[in-house]
Amino acid sequence: MLKISETDEIIFTPELLVKFNEILLRYPEDRQKSALLPILHLVQAEYGWVSSPLMDKVADFLQLKPIEVYEVATFYSMFFLKPPGKYMLEVCRTGPCCLIGAETIMKHIEERLNVKEGEVTADGLFSWRGVECLAACGMGPVLQIAPEYTFYENLTAASVDELIDRLRLTTAEKAQIII
Amino acid sequence: MGRKLLLENINVPGINTFEVYRKHGGYRAVEKALKTMSTEDVVEEVKKSGLRGRGGAGFPTGMKWSFLAKPEGKPRYLVCNADESEPGTFKDRYLITHIPHLLIEGMIVASYALGAKTSYIYVRGEMMPQIRILERAIAEAKAEGFLGKNILGTGYDLELYVQPGGGAYICGEETALIESLEGKRGNPRIKPPFPAISGLYNCPTVVNNVESIAAVVPIINDGADEYAKLGIGRSTGTKLISASGNIKNPGVYEIELGVPVEEFIYSDEYCGGMANGKRLKAVVAGGSSVPILPANLILKLTTGENRLMSYESLAEGAFASGTMLGSGGFVVFDEDQCIVRNTWNFARFYHHESCGQCSPCREGTGWMEKVLHRLEYGHGKLSDLDLLVDVAKKIEGNTICPLGDAAAWPVASAIRHFRDEFEWHVSHAEEAMGRNYGLAHYADPLPKAETVAAN
Amino acid sequence: MSERVKVTIDGISIEVDAGTTILNAARLIGGDIVPPAMCYYSKLEGSGGKCRTCLVKVSKGSDKDPRPMPKLIASCRTGVMDGMEVQNITSPEVMEARKGIVEMLLINHPLDCPICDQAGECKLQDLSYEHGSEATRYEFERRTFDKIDIGDKIQLHMTRCILCYRCVYVADQLTDQREHGILGRGDAAEISTYIEKAIDNDFSGNVIDVCPVGALTDKTFRFKNRVWFTKPVDAHCDCDKCSGKVTLWYKGEEVLRVTARKDVNGEVESFICNTCRFERKNTSEWTIEGPRKISHHSVISSNHYELLDPPAVIRKNPALKEANIEEFERVTRHY
Ligand SMILES: Cc1cc2nc3c(=O)[nH]c(=O)nc-3n(C[C@H](O)[C@H](O)[C@H](O)COP(=O)(O)O)c2cc1C
Ligand code: SF4
Ligand code: SF4
Ligand code: FES
Ligand code: FES
Repeated sequence: MLKISETDEIIFTPELLVKFNEILLRYPEDRQKSALLPILHLVQAEYGWVSSPLMDKVADFLQLKPIEVYEVATFYSMFFLKPPGKYMLEVCRTGPCCLIGAETIMKHIEERLNVKEGEVTADGLFSWRGVECLAACGMGPVLQIAPEYTFYENLTAASVDELIDRLRLTTAEKAQIII
Repeated sequence: MGRKLLLENINVPGINTFEVYRKHGGYRAVEKALKTMSTEDVVEEVKKSGLRGRGGAGFPTGMKWSFLAKPEGKPRYLVCNADESEPGTFKDRYLITHIPHLLIEGMIVASYALGAKTSYIYVRGEMMPQIRILERAIAEAKAEGFLGKNILGTGYDLELYVQPGGGAYICGEETALIESLEGKRGNPRIKPPFPAISGLYNCPTVVNNVESIAAVVPIINDGADEYAKLGIGRSTGTKLISASGNIKNPGVYEIELGVPVEEFIYSDEYCGGMANGKRLKAVVAGGSSVPILPANLILKLTTGENRLMSYESLAEGAFASGTMLGSGGFVVFDEDQCIVRNTWNFARFYHHESCGQCSPCREGTGWMEKVLHRLEYGHGKLSDLDLLVDVAKKIEGNTICPLGDAAAWPVASAIRHFRDEFEWHVSHAEEAMGRNYGLAHYADPLPKAETVAAN
Repeated sequence: MSERVKVTIDGISIEVDAGTTILNAARLIGGDIVPPAMCYYSKLEGSGGKCRTCLVKVSKGSDKDPRPMPKLIASCRTGVMDGMEVQNITSPEVMEARKGIVEMLLINHPLDCPICDQAGECKLQDLSYEHGSEATRYEFERRTFDKIDIGDKIQLHMTRCILCYRCVYVADQLTDQREHGILGRGDAAEISTYIEKAIDNDFSGNVIDVCPVGALTDKTFRFKNRVWFTKPVDAHCDCDKCSGKVTLWYKGEEVLRVTARKDVNGEVESFICNTCRFERKNTSEWTIEGPRKISHHSVISSNHYELLDPPAVIRKNPALKEANIEEFERVTRHY
């Protein structure tokens, strides 16, 4: 059994609610459940993951039973049921990419970030995991970064290092601007 | 140079915008179909073209359309399958990224033919950038009057929406896709009823692959006869092949069906031969779900003739010595690749992606993965090989959806064709951890078929 | 009157209403030719198709289209056609496939029958006696889960679950607020409440009766006991929530537990409410009807099992023997 204890009161922002309502227009009237996946994606993009209070709130919005949302969120591999790092590097680990070095790239990322698959770096910035074929096998090895799903192809150890450095830098710069 | 129907303009700068796409003849098929053809005409044209589903099963598209039930008072739906998750396949992503309007144009024509007023493109969730591309392109088409109410003044209304998946290979299976589009877990439905009778929201539904839908555009533009002139036998037209693995030029190629496999691998027009001067060991020709073949069997039929890139030729020899065109995910293995490791990798994939609904697939995929894992990591047993074949056999054909078969075939075929290598992993466990088995005899010329004297 | 169609199962013909499934047609014939059903439940809409134990071979599609079906099909979800011919226990292919499926169902099953409440009335136990092989070929660690309580009356022992989905359908169709469901995917899927919410509803206790294995059990079952040491007695009461028709399970003078009455197919005759099931444990609250007949199929009555394979079955049963003369001769020629 999954246990997620969260106590924060959740209120979706008006902007988010506007988007939700737009999505609902795509389906016939009594079929609002169809909006579940797109809405979960939006929620995850906003909050970084889908906690159980968030799922309850989504259930509320779509007039579903909470269990219906849990069932769906736990079925699909894209929904994070615990908080990942700010940047979740998802590296393809499937056959075709492994023919051209995906396993080496994963090992490199593990060493470079110094965390195991699924764990988060101490600064909360990074986590990584292997995912299944991302439909870019000819450009492999590939990785994508959740939650924006920006895509990086033809990876080498050097290009991965560069990517990680750049992400660190951008975050640091952003932080400075806020200060 | 083979003729290109889908990717002809792929390198035109700005072809991803409505303006440039239109300037290069885009949306002509919509004009032609909506203004000059009846819905039956369009279906008939697609039937005549011989187009077969490009998503994997190869079912004739026109025939599928003609099966669609048309009960009074019930909407009908067209859903485009852009879930593209079959390992080795990346043509749909490519097409959507570079020439999204081709898909939208195809969707309009196909929706018109089927009488759908609302259509969906179900895109795997990981392809967020492609979802954004499609949404932008749809907005453009709508602004130009090709979508929405009263398209081109013909009285035909169509709304087109993009729906994201959530990360599940099984949602490529059409009934799982429909479930997912209804906001549920991607559990394939038990058939019958088939989607043509009761699909999305219990209404008649057609699910088609991105490439199948895109191919409707040239069929309408140039006519079914022109389309059917391309290709060979019942494999008409062109096919997008996603080429990956140890080749010089991996990428998406549009081939005329019937190109010899050897030419496809070695000619500079396509894969450009093996990378780094290595030798060919094996090929998975149609995405991870189809049987893997060693070099000698993929290049030649047992009769000694060349094997061709077509539905029939690739399947020649059935399970014993053939494979399938599938989704066109062409994965090439060089002599340094380990078949045991790859088989384990694929088995892990299917184990991870099984929806878990039916017991043979839910339990059997995990079992196969574990046995293969132990073979790969040096503590397998010789009896494991027969065990794997037996487990695969127990899964195959006994499940709700074809994922069970898709999980069984790669394992069964790898053991069938590369048994020596598996055995070597057991007998030389320690050595197998350090080096690969190599090419061995897998590229040797096939023995001459013995002629059995008639008695 | 609805249209009647003729179907032949293992050589025995019967006329049924059009639209009847093969499984239900077989149940009308009864006896050994009824395919085992671990997930289908006639009283639960949408159930079936998942466990695959009921696979049969359709050797003739119908009079109109006599082609055989290319694959084995789930008899619980396939309708009969006029003139259809089906093979169940007379098809070695079916028996082989079923053996495989039972093996699959067992590889992650704890096989803790000696300590399981369900022992003696477990469909999986029955199945493995009939179709299983003696030794497992599975040499890996079995999947395990912690036991959890779903409210104070029901215990979930997920390790034993075969994911038949029946309990989910019960919650969907009998109660107005389903709290539990299937989480996760593939062989990591589990029945759960996600956050430990009690299932609290008048009819939630029925999940215990529909569960084919010992995954959902009655926590109020007093002095846990092997069912075959208990004495089932049919009884009823005047209940305002349900039919009040139950089976009381006695040990000596004491009511150990209350369940719905089960028919020959192992399905409840009618669902009962939680008050009858959990609260009424005194004989004085019930009108006793008499001892319950236990179907011959159950371990409770036979206490032992013989291996059934198609020829043996045919050999024992004159009706089947008659109907399958050809088959019988073929398989007995070597004896
Ligand atoms: C496990 C599984 C995965 C599939 N994945 C895809 C997919 O990613 N894309 C696709 O177009 N078809 C996929 N299919 C095939 C679809 O079920 C369906 O046949 C196809 O979308 C029909 O379109 P077509 O006739 O145009 O090929 C898959 C089938 C199975 C069994
Ligand atoms: S075969 Fe596998 S994926 Fe398909 S329904 Fe059964 S468990 Fe699900
Ligand atoms: S708990 Fe019992 S009834 Fe529910 S799915 Fe598991 S085996 Fe079936
Ligand atoms: S295998 Fe990595 S993208 Fe397909
Ligand atoms: S009873 Fe038919 S599949 Fe389970």
